[in-house]
Amino acid sequence: MTNLIDVENLTVTFPTRQGEFEAVRQISFTLGQERLGIVGESGSGKSMTGRAILRLIRAPGRVTADKLHYKGRDLLKMSEREMQGVRGQEISMVMQDPKFSLNPVMTIADQIMEIYRFHTGASRKQAWAKAIEMLEAVSIRDPERVMRAYPHEMSGGMGQRIMIAMMLVTEPKILIADEPTSALDVSVQTQVLSIIDRLVRERGMGLIFISHDLNLVASFCDRVLIMYAGRIVEVCDADKLHEAKHPYTRGLLGSLPRLDAPQQRLEVLKRDPAWREAASVSGAS
Amino acid sequence: MSDISVENLNVWFGDHEERVDAVKGASFDVPSGSSFGLVGESGSGKSTILRAIMGLVPTWSGGLKIGDLTLGHKRPKTFYKDVQMVFQDPYASLHPRHSVDQVLGETLFLHGFKDVDRRILQLLDDVGLGREFRFRYPHQLSGGQRQRVAIARALAPEPSVILLDEPTSALDVSVQAEVLNLLSDLRDEHKLTYLMVSHNLAVVAHMCDATAVMQNGEIVEVLSVEDMRAMNPSHPYTRNLLEGSFGYKPTAEQSA
Repeated sequence: MTNLIDVENLTVTFPTRQGEFEAVRQISFTLGQERLGIVGESGSGKSMTGRAILRLIRAPGRVTADKLHYKGRDLLKMSEREMQGVRGQEISMVMQDPKFSLNPVMTIADQIMEIYRFHTGASRKQAWAKAIEMLEAVSIRDPERVMRAYPHEMSGGMGQRIMIAMMLVTEPKILIADEPTSALDVSVQTQVLSIIDRLVRERGMGLIFISHDLNLVASFCDRVLIMYAGRIVEVCDADKLHEAKHPYTRGLLGSLPRLDAPQQRLEVLKRDPAWREAASVSGAS
Repeated sequence: MSDISVENLNVWFGDHEERVDAVKGASFDVPSGSSFGLVGESGSGKSTILRAIMGLVPTWSGGLKIGDLTLGHKRPKTFYKDVQMVFQDPYASLHPRHSVDQVLGETLFLHGFKDVDRRILQLLDDVGLGREFRFRYPHQLSGGQRQRVAIARALAPEPSVILLDEPTSALDVSVQAEVLNLLSDLRDEHKLTYLMVSHNLAVVAHMCDATAVMQNGEIVEVLSVEDMRAMNPSHPYTRNLLEGSFGYKPTAEQSA
């Protein structure tokens, strides 16, 4: 099987007054037609990894890599124009909070149709039909009404489903979901995940699922990368996450309160400076 | 004694056609020294109950009692000394241009303490922050450290009841563990009563003895921690929440 994404020694650097800060440090991984989870705490570089693939890191931030390939094409060598053909059409990204990622002064219809027409040059009528079809695919009842609505008329769960519909309307090969459900309630979260799950399986897409929720990733993904301080410290199969070996992963798992196993005190993660220095583990499958 | 008693509490916003009933007929009791959880989806009215107790919402009816004190719409000064609140987002609840010293000092001064200097150091010790944090500003602190400052501020007037509104939902799991441990220790040391709002059932089960489950402004069920751990709810909505907290499970229809 060929890899959809092939990353070698990816580094994301930001200049600061104290010198260069490396948010992502020399990580390597591949993505096939699978659900790949990236977990870690805030500041571990997981979102930056997702953004770097789409070249969404603005100057003065810098992305360097020995290899950053999408289906054998070098993303780093592409012009901004070529990149626009990749973004949204080949690789899409769903962000954390629909409140900040939908345009508040455009109707849902205009936003979905804009993306579709930009990438396919379809007529308004075709785009409208396609948008309705996508809204139905993400289980939105009464899509005609939703199409004419503005984002503020939608609830959080509806907004997130609209985001997903918008990102999938161009039928991309890869979906990068950056904490797609952390702003949602548990019941809505399950709904949104089952929609992503179904679409990924039906369309044979690759999914990069970025999250801080270990239980969620363990139950939703096929493979998990655990990031700490900009490096991958461990790679494991999602269903074996609970047998993870690295002390950091063990510490994170131990610090979760559990419904089925009451404890007096929660384990507190003791950080070892050596984790920061240890070389990144390769996430190639 | 500082038990909390809420009886037939109603909270509403707006008037006439615009009226929204945020909390409808909520009743529960929290015995002194124990912890009680409120769970439910966003918009179910759980935080509104805390705000009504705290006196932050003027439009409520029903009976609220803290110990022997029956709460009216105007609260005596002793109430604010006795009941304190910790908010969800430590990035929003601390004044960005007040140092830790000012935050704690102001609270202590307003409550009429004389030995402010000694108490600030004591409070920092209590919440596990070193003395070097005393003159820092919020932007120089991490999320967990800020939440510790917010907890120190709540402890400053020596309250017996602390209302916690999602105290760890803005924090990473490793930091959440530290803050939850701190809250348990403080409860034992200072004989505190907690009323805690959270959407995370595992957190509530860890901290609380009993939990009220809310949906659309109503309490659908009050459930003991044993029943919760045994997955033994009586209301279908609670079962839904409990199952959702174990991560993602494809439904039968999808895996088929």
